[in-house]
Amino acid sequence: MNMPDSRDDKTNGGGVQPADSQWPLWEVFLQPPHGAAHEHAGSVHAVSAEQALENARDVYARRGEAVSIWVVPSDAITASTPDDMGPFFDPGTDKPYRHPQFYKVPRGVRVF
Amino acid sequence: MSDASSFSYLLRLGDDRLVLGHRLSEWCGHGPILEEDIALANVALDLIGEATLLLKLAGQVEGNGRNEDALAYFRDAIDYRNALLVELPIGDFAVTIVRQLFFSVFSLLEMEALRRSANADLAGIAAKAVKESRYHVRHSAQWVITLGDGSDESHARAQRAVDDLWRYTGELFMADAVDRDAAAGGLGVDPSTLAEPWRAQIEEVLRRATLNVPSAAYMQRGGREGRHTEHLGHMLAEMQIVARSHPEATW
Repeated sequence: MNMPDSRDDKTNGGGVQPADSQWPLWEVFLQPPHGAAHEHAGSVHAVSAEQALENARDVYARRGEAVSIWVVPSDAITASTPDDMGPFFDPGTDKPYRHPQFYKVPRGVRVF
Repeated sequence: MSDASSFSYLLRLGDDRLVLGHRLSEWCGHGPILEEDIALANVALDLIGEATLLLKLAGQVEGNGRNEDALAYFRDAIDYRNALLVELPIGDFAVTIVRQLFFSVFSLLEMEALRRSANADLAGIAAKAVKESRYHVRHSAQWVITLGDGSDESHARAQRAVDDLWRYTGELFMADAVDRDAAAGGLGVDPSTLAEPWRAQIEEVLRRATLNVPSAAYMQRGGREGRHTEHLGHMLAEMQIVARSHPEATW
């Protein structure tokens, strides 16, 4: 009854095959109270979208953590892999001019 | 309406939910899958929470100094007033979830009516219970449809559960003097008025689940008068042993 790692399953051949269950896996996103954006909370097994929603409610939102839930089939998510890290992210680190820190902040604009 | 009659009425409400809540708790750690294990435990906790409030209120109305724990742990089967439906063993998952649908639809109708109770405490408990029951109906109906409209195996098990449990559904709607007193006094609702909407909702779910509605059958009864199946005594023995072995214990 553990949570399988969907990313590993995906990179090993497409389509999610949870090790401990024949049921498809769904990713759960919760919107916290106060209107913040939906955030990834975890994953659940379910045979349908409606059941995934209920399972997500019971597993992740039973203590008032959320005002809205999204569930998405895990295999509908295309994720980057650890191999992508170099080409995807490294080039960004030595280009400080891409950060908006060379501009003078106009008077009257609050700096956070 | 006498306090004794009000007490009896509230006891029925509380005992239905306490006994079913305990039955559901037997799934804890044994659910078919992690997510459903948690879901069943959630429903069990909702029902036990409702029972706690209802039995506390019953004890206050009775006026003999019995609180909810005294009523839950220090009464024997013959003094319990739950319907027979809720005390039956959990069976397989189909039995558990079909029973849950049958009771949850009944409970939702009952609690919707009790929101208008003349007793403000009962009306408040009902308002809380309505929200919980709506979810219980949604969860169990969705499962019954999934099982009924699923594989040959799940369909057969669901139909067997419906057929086996059907004869215990009639008791939920049989009104006696206690019910009529409670309805006339503004405390409660006459359960016989809930039979028609219950049947309509259940038939709709069974139709979507491709399950047959059993034809009219002899309906079992007795729980409301303390005549129970053999199963309740065993269940209570397990539920009550800790409280009875350590009467003053706190934790």
